[in-house]
Amino acid sequence: MARVREGRLRPVPGVPTSKLRGRENRDGITLVAPVVLVVAAIIVVPIVWTVVLSFQDARYVDVARNGLFNELTLDNYADVLTSPAFWQALVTTVQYSVATTVGSITVGLVAALAFRDRFRFRAPLRAVMLLPYVAPVVATTFVWQVALNPQYGVVNAFGTQVLGWEHPVNFLSAAPTALGTVIVYDIWRYFPFAFLFLGAALTGLSKEIEEAAVVDGATPLQKFWFVVLPQLLPTIALLVLFRMVMAFNEFDDVYLLTGGAAGTQVASVRVFEQLTGSSDIGGASATAAVMAVFLGVALAIYLRLTARQREENR
Amino acid sequence: MSAVSVQSSVLRVLRVVVIVALVAATVLPFVYMLSLSFVRIDDLLRDPLRVLPQLDRITTETYRAVLASEEDGGYGFGRFMRNSAIVAVAASALTVALVVPASYALTRLRFAGRSQVSWLFLAVYLFPTIIIAVPVFVGFQVLGLGSSLVGLVIAYIALTVPVSVHMLRNYLAGIPESIDEAAVIDGASRFQILTRITVPLAMPTIMSTALYSFMIAWNEFLFALLFLSAKQDLWTVSLGLTRLADGQEVSKTVLMAGSVLLTVPIVILYGVAERALTEGLTAGADKG
Repeated sequence: MARVREGRLRPVPGVPTSKLRGRENRDGITLVAPVVLVVAAIIVVPIVWTVVLSFQDARYVDVARNGLFNELTLDNYADVLTSPAFWQALVTTVQYSVATTVGSITVGLVAALAFRDRFRFRAPLRAVMLLPYVAPVVATTFVWQVALNPQYGVVNAFGTQVLGWEHPVNFLSAAPTALGTVIVYDIWRYFPFAFLFLGAALTGLSKEIEEAAVVDGATPLQKFWFVVLPQLLPTIALLVLFRMVMAFNEFDDVYLLTGGAAGTQVASVRVFEQLTGSSDIGGASATAAVMAVFLGVALAIYLRLTARQREENR
Repeated sequence: MSAVSVQSSVLRVLRVVVIVALVAATVLPFVYMLSLSFVRIDDLLRDPLRVLPQLDRITTETYRAVLASEEDGGYGFGRFMRNSAIVAVAASALTVALVVPASYALTRLRFAGRSQVSWLFLAVYLFPTIIIAVPVFVGFQVLGLGSSLVGLVIAYIALTVPVSVHMLRNYLAGIPESIDEAAVIDGASRFQILTRITVPLAMPTIMSTALYSFMIAWNEFLFALLFLSAKQDLWTVSLGLTRLADGQEVSKTVLMAGSVLLTVPIVILYGVAERALTEGLTAGADKG
């Protein structure tokens, strides 16, 4: 950080500027150090450890006895890349991530547009709409499980008794319905997030451009497509990025709803099963490392593409 | 009719439909949760479609059963709630204590490694929590912190710090630096500036940061699952609910009462601080 702003280091009588700058540097490092230490210990060290473990044929016993110093090998990566179950998990993860990202942002956008103009109870209703996002995931997945249960769930009762379904539907225990259900659940859980950010972006737009478009005879749909949507694109691009990363690494929602059964084994759940089921630490670490590489490459491509877009908009 | 007026009237109707549908979709699962928590399990099995119980069939036995300790024939949610409360309060207090000085330094001071710190925080989101959780668990076992609430609190701090720093930093950046400079000229030390000027000015945002980390810690599931599964007396509410739901022996309506107990504190806190929380999270979003 070579940029030093005028005024910050306004000379104090009797104290040389270089000394002030040195003290500022020292104070800054002291104040940030505790946070950095916690994050480094809990996040960075484990990530490095994971990468190291992925090159070792390690079980819990080996890690407990030898720590990080086991024999190095590429076997885990060979196993991961030749395993059909891994590729299946990757495909499932991509399907799940894309569907929940597109779904939650689309619903969030529709919601933000519907809530744009004032109406009675707008503020309380807007607060209520964020409930799926803030409520504990354990509680909401449990409610969905009960509601969708074939024996005593309200959805199947309604379907068979009122809508005339022949059989109750196994929403969470039969492929391919299960993956669809998990996706719908996550759209339900995360659309409030997009709604929140797009709502904030909408209030920041200047009304003048839209009024000018209306004066020029634009219909409401043209106004949305040519005036409002382009202004929202930066926010949408950021949301896509954020949601994709989160969805790609999602564990709780899938694990709690289906336990990874019936064609819903996404990457995180597979890693969890490798760890707890077969206590294959090396294999689990290699799976996670390969997934992180895929995510990193996807992010890099996405940032390249949107960077070009940003340049053109300028 | 012109295209403009056709579209306007269609959209006007559509807007009402969308609002009603979305509000129903968000609220109904919570109504279902609350309502089933007062239903007897045999009533639910007899008629699953009857969501709202008949007035004379309402029961609060579910809440007694779920809250009572095991010795009293219950499921110990009273203790789970205490554990969750301890973990969440400790995590949010410590997060604030760490994040306030750090955010102050990141907005006000130039120091070596300042920009690298922001990148470090981004790394948190690139890897699945599961892969962070396992080495942390193994490391904590070695240190004697595994299977303890202390270990859980430390892990939760690391999970909430990045977003908390983001929220506070945005706010502090909006406070004019000339106030700090005036204090420097009056002879205030860095520590005095922080405690007498920055903290009081940023109090609303500090509160919403605290609430945010409380909610994350209260809702968290994966770390609790890995750290505490074997120790039932340390279970948090989230973990207790899933562990009991995995077995067949606990009735679903009793667990619904447990879900309500898990959700209500969060809804109350959110209700109190909704405005501050959403504004803190979306700070800067309207600038595009």
